[in-house]
Amino acid sequence: MNLHEYQSKQLFHEYGIAVSTGRVVNSPEEALAAARALGGTRWVVKAQVHAGGRGKAGGVKLVESPEAAAEAARGMLGSILKTPQTGDAGLPINQVLVERAQGIRKELYLSLLTDRAKEQVVFIASAAGGMEIEEVAAHTPEQIMTIPIHPGAGFQPYQARQMGFSMGLNADQVKELTVMCQGLYRLYTECDASQVEINPLIITDEGKLLALDAKINLDENALYRQKRIAEMRDPSQEDQREYQASAHGLSYVSMDGEIGCMVNGAGLAMATMDVIKLYGGNPANFLDVGGGTTAERVTEAFKLIIADPKVKAILVNIFGGIVRCDLIAEGVIAAVKQVQLKVPVVVRLEGTNVDKGRKLLADSGLAIITAENLDDAARKAVAAIS
Amino acid sequence: MSILVDKNTKLICQGFTGKQGTFHSQQCLDYGTQLVGGVTPGRGGETHIGLPVFNTAHEAVAATGADTTMIYVPAPGAADAILEAADAGIKLIVCITEGIPVMDMVRVKSALAGSGIRLIGPNCPGIITPGQCKIGIMPAMIHKPGKIGIVSRSGTLTYETVYQTTQNGLGQSTCVGIGGDPVHGMSFIDCLELFQNDPATQGIVMVGEIGGTDEEAAADYIRAHVTKPVVAYIAGVTAPPGKRMGHAGAIVSGGKGTAQGKFDALERAGASIVRTPVEIGERIKSLLK
Repeated sequence: MNLHEYQSKQLFHEYGIAVSTGRVVNSPEEALAAARALGGTRWVVKAQVHAGGRGKAGGVKLVESPEAAAEAARGMLGSILKTPQTGDAGLPINQVLVERAQGIRKELYLSLLTDRAKEQVVFIASAAGGMEIEEVAAHTPEQIMTIPIHPGAGFQPYQARQMGFSMGLNADQVKELTVMCQGLYRLYTECDASQVEINPLIITDEGKLLALDAKINLDENALYRQKRIAEMRDPSQEDQREYQASAHGLSYVSMDGEIGCMVNGAGLAMATMDVIKLYGGNPANFLDVGGGTTAERVTEAFKLIIADPKVKAILVNIFGGIVRCDLIAEGVIAAVKQVQLKVPVVVRLEGTNVDKGRKLLADSGLAIITAENLDDAARKAVAAIS
Repeated sequence: MSILVDKNTKLICQGFTGKQGTFHSQQCLDYGTQLVGGVTPGRGGETHIGLPVFNTAHEAVAATGADTTMIYVPAPGAADAILEAADAGIKLIVCITEGIPVMDMVRVKSALAGSGIRLIGPNCPGIITPGQCKIGIMPAMIHKPGKIGIVSRSGTLTYETVYQTTQNGLGQSTCVGIGGDPVHGMSFIDCLELFQNDPATQGIVMVGEIGGTDEEAAADYIRAHVTKPVVAYIAGVTAPPGKRMGHAGAIVSGGKGTAQGKFDALERAGASIVRTPVEIGERIKSLLK
């Protein structure tokens, strides 16, 4: 789950991390009032969407009057922002953040994430912050520092000194960085984050450290113990079908092809998509019905798949371990009847109670194409649409 | 021979009396696994599916001499259960539970470091040495004692692989599902090392997925240490790159982690790669000739 910049900055503020002051607004009138209330001579209006790359995409505007702030807000609110991280569909801008503009002496980069190879939380820091940070990492990796934090000992001040002095900060700024890093690490662990990023972290004209941007991603598995943060979820920034799917315990990702897939297990679901592609088809989605699924969940999965108008055939691939094939067969039959399916369905079942499952399908009287194995299923699904 | 578990393995189950724990404990018993008891706090002294229930892992180990545990405790208590088992002297911990917060696993891995205790999972199907010992949720009837060692990050893809090596008559020495979570117990390398040293294992199948760099590390290990034939499959060539926010993930992975990159690394290391899981069985069979 992702947070908006304004939500991330609110959490930063609670954890003692210096952020630029601003107000989140929903209308041009509010933007005007916010700029006046914030004071100063220059403001920044920032689109609140769950994606990076906003600056280059026109989602960040520097303005020199409150009226211009309102105008910038008017241009953004209600529109769709497309950046390299949003995909082709883009994301709707429903809110903008109005901030006082900061004088920037230098742009740094600072983030935290869980490094799966090191199995620890790591700080990543670079003196070369800003929009080209990935190029910096790719071409001059020596400009990127990675500092692992021992989960028992926690973050230590020497680690901030290590980062700060090598980024060229002076002694006072290193002290500020230490406080900032302590707050960040506390936020990361207490809120079950999976990534916290400040890009850029700036040195202001006054020589102070300040988080000019803020991005927080949270570990979905931990939301059960992060009730307050879970309520910050903004479904408008998520694919509607993906959001519905998660409400039914299904893992769904929409794609561009014509063959809808329903599979148990993420690995087998990816393999199914790969094999469809191998035989000249294109998957319409990734859908993992999960272990211990029920007939109802299978029906929901079918509804989700056919809600996509691109789908011309459906491939069901189930290898039963926890989930029993007869249950899946019942679900498929119920779904085909209930949603009055118009597209061909290819079903491949294997595993626990497979004979019962296959018999149910055969006796159902429905036009369900059965397949021997995954290749056979993919070939039949591709043939069914061509 | 086999790796990690055999007919002498003495197993307990944590989360024993829950729905999943009960169902799969019964399945393991039916398979012939030496399941000797289970743990459910507050139910100590009862008998469940014919076996003693204990309040703590320590009591269970003291009373039964168990050396291995399988965990079905729900995600919020799973990390606690792993560390309890470790503290009680269990040497092999198989954690089936899915959905454990990553931060919990970071702490667990740090606590287990250097202890010599092996953890399989979490979010995995478990481990089976066919004909001797089944620990986990895999469907028993697709397995057959034999000569292929299987290690996989994905549950259902493991079953595919097992099924094919049963159908073509090779069978399996041991199958390990190491789980798909970002921070987890035994790695591909840990299992490759054991299979390489296991006389019963004549060939190895490894099944990976996009994400992380475990497969790339395994490729380096194969090149340097594995002389047995290895067939490798990686799922996720067509997987969308994943909507992301920010750059930190890309900076850390440095462009690694794609299915294609993993295929390339494994092929360069001398593994035989297949582009569809349907070919795994025939490929490993052809390499054993």
